Amino acid sequence: MRKVMTGHKAVAEAMRQIEPDVVAVYPITPQSEIAEYYAEYVHDGIVHTELVPVESEHSAMSACIGAAAAGGRVMTATSSQGLALMVEMVYIAAGLRLPIVMALANRALSAPINIHCDHSDAYLTRDAGAFMIFAESAQEAYDYTLIAQKIAEHPKVRLPGIVNLDGFTLTHTADVVEPLEDEAAKKFVGDYQPFSPMLDVDRPSTWGAFAMPDYYFELKRAQQAGMEEVPAVFLHTQEAFAKVAARGYRGFFEGYRLKDAERALVLMGSTAGTAKVAVDELRARGEKVGLLKIWLWRPFPYREVAQALAHVNKVAVMDRALSFGAMGALYNDVCAALVHEKNKPALVNYIYGLGGRDVSTDHILHVFQDLKEAQPAHTLRFVGLRE
Amino acid sequence: MPAELKTWKELPLGGVVPGGTTPEINKTGSWRAERPIWHEDKCIQCLQCWLHCPDDSILTKQQKMVGIDYDHCKGCGVCAAICPKDAITMIPEREGQCGK
Ligand code: SF4
Ligand code: SF4
Repeated sequence: MRKVMTGHKAVAEAMRQIEPDVVAVYPITPQSEIAEYYAEYVHDGIVHTELVPVESEHSAMSACIGAAAAGGRVMTATSSQGLALMVEMVYIAAGLRLPIVMALANRALSAPINIHCDHSDAYLTRDAGAFMIFAESAQEAYDYTLIAQKIAEHPKVRLPGIVNLDGFTLTHTADVVEPLEDEAAKKFVGDYQPFSPMLDVDRPSTWGAFAMPDYYFELKRAQQAGMEEVPAVFLHTQEAFAKVAARGYRGFFEGYRLKDAERALVLMGSTAGTAKVAVDELRARGEKVGLLKIWLWRPFPYREVAQALAHVNKVAVMDRALSFGAMGALYNDVCAALVHEKNKPALVNYIYGLGGRDVSTDHILHVFQDLKEAQPAHTLRFVGLRE
Repeated sequence: MPAELKTWKELPLGGVVPGGTTPEINKTGSWRAERPIWHEDKCIQCLQCWLHCPDDSILTKQQKMVGIDYDHCKGCGVCAAICPKDAITMIPEREGQCGK
């Protein structure tokens, strides 16, 4: 049944259906409502989750790690500074191979303090070892929360997962969302099988043991192997999801009018919606433009991105965060994807929307226009900035 | 590299060590700089040292302090500081008896 709800509510609904054993969470704008909705479900007895109202995000992830190691299904949510405080423990969750799924309401990092959307918080955890998915809409945030849980818990993966949804733009905006029926959602996610649960007293195990130079490297290589399993499991899970939902996703990214495009954008998150309107407008004027919207950012689908972009003449890679002293992280990913291709597009890097700076259709039209003239170079170009 | 070291494919998921605690096989007392010495004659068996030792290195038998586990004691001195009867004193490790 189609319903009107905010991105927050959509994520909270997915969490209600997943019904984790433990949710440990600390409030931070613009994530707080996810925790508030979930606290209501717990209070009203709708879910049998133990909600741990911790004193910080570092504690939130620590409690999640403890609960997951004990053998529970665990979820959390955060944003911006909260994630920054939590990040030490995200690395540990990944190293211990704990399938903790987190909604990340993307918000700019301080300073200056700001509560609005950009992707700097997501970029901060880029190398932490969690697989990362970006949603364009509340519907995608809902769908990918269910999908992420299943991927995270897959025996070959066993890694934390982060579902990104743009702060305010998605979290606080009401949109039409079609959730699965409870039973279908529960069946899709399935029962959780922990491994070596700490609370299994008959089979004791040591978690978080020290590893010297003789083993640390091997353990990290094994963790990378878990990441390498994500793409196949991701596609497989999308397929399984398409069977139960009235809609299907296919692939690591969405190509929008991309197949015959001469110029294209690559970006992540809610700006894809705006970009599609701009693409349609230019197409109506006969310009061959398209869009590649990333769903799965980590692990990065190098080969598939290269295949999808090889025929394009010029590509604007749009990063919604600065990686100070370097080109945008997504730009670097796309460069790496294309470096071995014989025919490759010229790439230009645009930085946009920092600290919630609005990105309108006009801005996207401007990027497409600018892209025509722009000389490919490792120089950042800024969208909607007062120069 | 010694042959008995496992490859990355042979390691348990997440580095979780099966079989419970590892202190039995891993002796971690070798980096001690100071060594606690127990003087049985002064000891009143209050077990404050056992309660406070951060490394579970006070050995007990039938709820009585019987000595110190030098295989795991780190020489932090907490036991000596907490003992109400000065029944534990710290000496430089180099003056300690080898293997004791
Ligand atoms: S010196 Fe420290 S570690 Fe050793 S027995 Fe005393 S309290 Fe325990
Ligand atoms: S604290 Fe001192 S007196 Fe008490 S049991 Fe330990 S050694 Fe003996």
